[in-house]
Amino acid sequence: MNWLIAILQTTLFVVLAPLLAGWLKWCKCHLQNRKAPSLLQPYRDLIKLTKKQPVVSEQASWLFIKAPYIIFSATVLAATVVPLIAVDLPTSASADVIVMVGFFAFARFFLALAGLDVGTAFGGMGSSREMTISSLAEPAMLMAVFTLTMTASTTNLSGAIAHVLHEGLVLRPSFVFALFALILVAIAETGRVPVDNPATHLELTMIHEAMILEFSGRHLALIEWASQLKLMLYGVLIANIFFPWGIAESFGASALGYGLLAILGKLMLLAVFLAIAETLVAKMRLFRVQEYLSFAYLLGLLGMLSHIILEASR
Amino acid sequence: MILLSAYSAVLLSFASGLLALLMNQRLMLLAISQAAFKKFNSGGGRFQTWLTGQLGEQQFPVFLKQAVFALLGLSGLFAVIAGLAVLLSKGVITDQIPLGLPWLPWHIRFDGLSGFFYLIIGIAVCAVSLYGPGYVSSYQENQHPFAALGLFTGLFVAGMLLVLLADDAFMFMIAWEMMSVASYFLVAFQHENPANRRAAFLYLLMAEVGALAIILAYGVLASFADGFTFDALRESKLSVTWASIAFVLALLGFGMKAGVVPVHVWLPEAHPVAPSHISALMSGVMLKVALYGLIRFSFDLLSEVHWQWGVVLLVLGTVSALGGILYAMMQPNLKRLLAYSSVENIGIIFMVLGLSMIFMANGHPQLAALGFLAALFHAFNHALFKNLLFLGAGILHHQTHELNIDMMGGLIKKMPKTSFLFLIGCMSISSLPLFNGFVSEWLAFQTALQVDVLDNGVLRSLIPVSAAALALTAALAAACFVKVFGLIFLGQARSRNSEKAQEVQDKGMLAAPALLAGLCFLLGIFPGIAIHLINNVAGQLLGQTLPNDSALGWLWLAPVSAEQASYSPPLVLIGALIAGCVSFWYLRRNPATAIRSAATWDCGFGGVSPRMQYSSSAFTMPFRRIFAKVWIIDEQIKKDLQGALDQDVAAVHYQLHIQDHSWPLIYMPIAQGVNTVAKQVGRIQTGNIRTYLGYSFATLLLLLWVIS
Repeated sequence: MNWLIAILQTTLFVVLAPLLAGWLKWCKCHLQNRKAPSLLQPYRDLIKLTKKQPVVSEQASWLFIKAPYIIFSATVLAATVVPLIAVDLPTSASADVIVMVGFFAFARFFLALAGLDVGTAFGGMGSSREMTISSLAEPAMLMAVFTLTMTASTTNLSGAIAHVLHEGLVLRPSFVFALFALILVAIAETGRVPVDNPATHLELTMIHEAMILEFSGRHLALIEWASQLKLMLYGVLIANIFFPWGIAESFGASALGYGLLAILGKLMLLAVFLAIAETLVAKMRLFRVQEYLSFAYLLGLLGMLSHIILEASR
Repeated sequence: MILLSAYSAVLLSFASGLLALLMNQRLMLLAISQAAFKKFNSGGGRFQTWLTGQLGEQQFPVFLKQAVFALLGLSGLFAVIAGLAVLLSKGVITDQIPLGLPWLPWHIRFDGLSGFFYLIIGIAVCAVSLYGPGYVSSYQENQHPFAALGLFTGLFVAGMLLVLLADDAFMFMIAWEMMSVASYFLVAFQHENPANRRAAFLYLLMAEVGALAIILAYGVLASFADGFTFDALRESKLSVTWASIAFVLALLGFGMKAGVVPVHVWLPEAHPVAPSHISALMSGVMLKVALYGLIRFSFDLLSEVHWQWGVVLLVLGTVSALGGILYAMMQPNLKRLLAYSSVENIGIIFMVLGLSMIFMANGHPQLAALGFLAALFHAFNHALFKNLLFLGAGILHHQTHELNIDMMGGLIKKMPKTSFLFLIGCMSISSLPLFNGFVSEWLAFQTALQVDVLDNGVLRSLIPVSAAALALTAALAAACFVKVFGLIFLGQARSRNSEKAQEVQDKGMLAAPALLAGLCFLLGIFPGIAIHLINNVAGQLLGQTLPNDSALGWLWLAPVSAEQASYSPPLVLIGALIAGCVSFWYLRRNPATAIRSAATWDCGFGGVSPRMQYSSSAFTMPFRRIFAKVWIIDEQIKKDLQGALDQDVAAVHYQLHIQDHSWPLIYMPIAQGVNTVAKQVGRIQTGNIRTYLGYSFATLLLLLWVIS
């Protein structure tokens, strides 16, 4: 039964990810006085792409063809770790938050290799930039997450969220810092404005798009889907770690339904904030990103220190 | 029985060295064996015909080489057996051998810690002996005699094994010197190149300075004890100051061998110039022997561990880890890059060992055991994947005659098997889940996150920062090895040599990395095997095992408690397989959408050439800008101008030199200081016989005065 719910939760994750992307685009279009596509447009795009015949470069090796599957699987595995509608599911014990970061690293490793595989300048540029940004983002992310895990004294995400839930509404300075750090990291890692712009293909600025330039058909669909999944993952992380209220602690139908509604509401709200931020802020120069990420790291560090100095039990 | 196999490992490696020496007398040997063979040749079985073939004039040197490596492999096998046996039996075996000076027999002790490092050496030596015959076949006998290579390889391995067996300071130092000097000759093996001779001399110099520091450290201990046996040293009661002096000396000595920043400079010079299978042994195993020395000295011989030492190790380890990987990233030479990456990994091990000391001294032996376990597990993993990568680098050099990453490319299609094995090595060293490197880093993070139990405020904020540095190191390592794999194996060939490269034909050269890659994957999925073994070591040395080594069964890894953290690699693997297969099956079911192959998109300009690809320096350019202060960067761009008023650029020359900060900061001042002192000393050397007679007379008077 528990395993069934765990599988259901993962499926929900995978299925809902394009919807979140659609909603984000919808909000952004309305904010920018443009006509918005339907909320279901990302699904239509994915279906269209899977039906097309993929074109693969003559230079590409087996790694290029297998990479989309590896990237997608790794991201799905990361999704199994993060509690979406319920805590204390059996899958969440098989891997903790460090393993989740490891899954992201796994997906990124293959994405960067696939970018280098076709032997064009664009692919190499994208890989190089992606690895740079992620290697700065990863410590900041872990700093933010460690603040949480030290408060809950567990690195198991489900356990940590349950801990926050039972503590009730306590204003912790460390959590405020960690929240902001995690938001900054999430923006960088999912390739949103101001770090990367998912809407352009301008060679001077693109990062993620440069790596996947050579992908087409179902390969592209998988990679797009994986990045939508990653966006949703970070959204759920922020929503459920810092505002866990509403998540199901028992596996009754009503509790689960309530949990689903709660997370949908939280994600919709977060997406609105992201859309506003993307409308207001312009993209940064590439070499400003390090300052942005070191600021995120600093926030994470401050969160950690304020936990140690102000909040720890002794 | 266990001790017997441990001894046979040492003797067999000696024997392989001696057999290699006979290579010089191979014609005589051939005559003798042919004569002996004729005498005893009674039956006509298949073995006889095979042997007759081997004893031909042409075939015999090859046969001899194979025999040398077979003996070495047997030595490795015995080392593995001995190590496993002593680990599983949880016993301590002691012995005495009447060698050396008459009143100073060699004391032998074989316990869990020695057994564990025996296991590491055994596996590495087995892999190298599979790999060796194919690799050395490319050396010209008159230029690079196999006798020297084989002799010193045997002595080197025997020396390392003897270090682990030693139970008194004398024998330890003799074995240590044997290891150092034998490896010096291996580094200097290709001595026709002046750069290699320089690297070898630097290595010898630093090895000897390190050995002096170790001798002094033993001396400090021995001055408080009666005798030089480890048993006596264990009993010695030292004040905190003297214990700290001994620790610092040992740290300097063993750190020099292990390659901790800032005493790491010999490592990126010496490792790349040795033959690849020797670099694999040096980088994968010899550094671990230094680590063994430090653990033996600080956890076993020194009666008490102080938390300040832990902090020193933690800080040194953090600096080494970050520095090592940042320098590694900038190297275009593959073997130099791997050598710097060893500095990084040793740094990680030192960090976790420091954590273990801190927890130990603060009265948390269980957490100390966790850190100790993470450190030893990472040492084991590093031995596996670094060996794998160095052997892979050797294959690449053998097939393409290149070590410069910028001259390779596109090899994944030409060398599919090598590239797959190398990929596994890259994934393990980048600590990606499902591989062994990840498990030990995960354990390191778990250790660091237990900081809440400490009372000291400085430690409580220092340790999380070092954990974040560890995260940065891991991410940089991933970037570095994306660069390595991507530039070597993916894209298009950047030189004629790599365009014409072929898969290596020798089966042994592929079998050795395959063995190591298999172990990397196996330990990534079932880390419980290794952790169970190391737990026995921790139980013997720290008197404490992991609190919770198998609370959830063999499927799970839950070092502290199941509530705090758990990781189940087999379940993750199953999940990954399910997700991968479902998406693969679902999307590939329609034959109408089979893959179509077409030319790469070239923006409509035509002609994507290999020179348009990202190079090593291009890939690392963002890092170079962000962390600019870490290196001494010398970047020069020269333009050849031509045409009217020199307006047209005919060609652009780009040069990039990256230098280590430690040279101008530490080594140059020391070298200058030594020179100045030598000059001052030179003043009294007048070259005049009367002055020298005066010196003798003055010395004589002084001595008479001292005596009376």
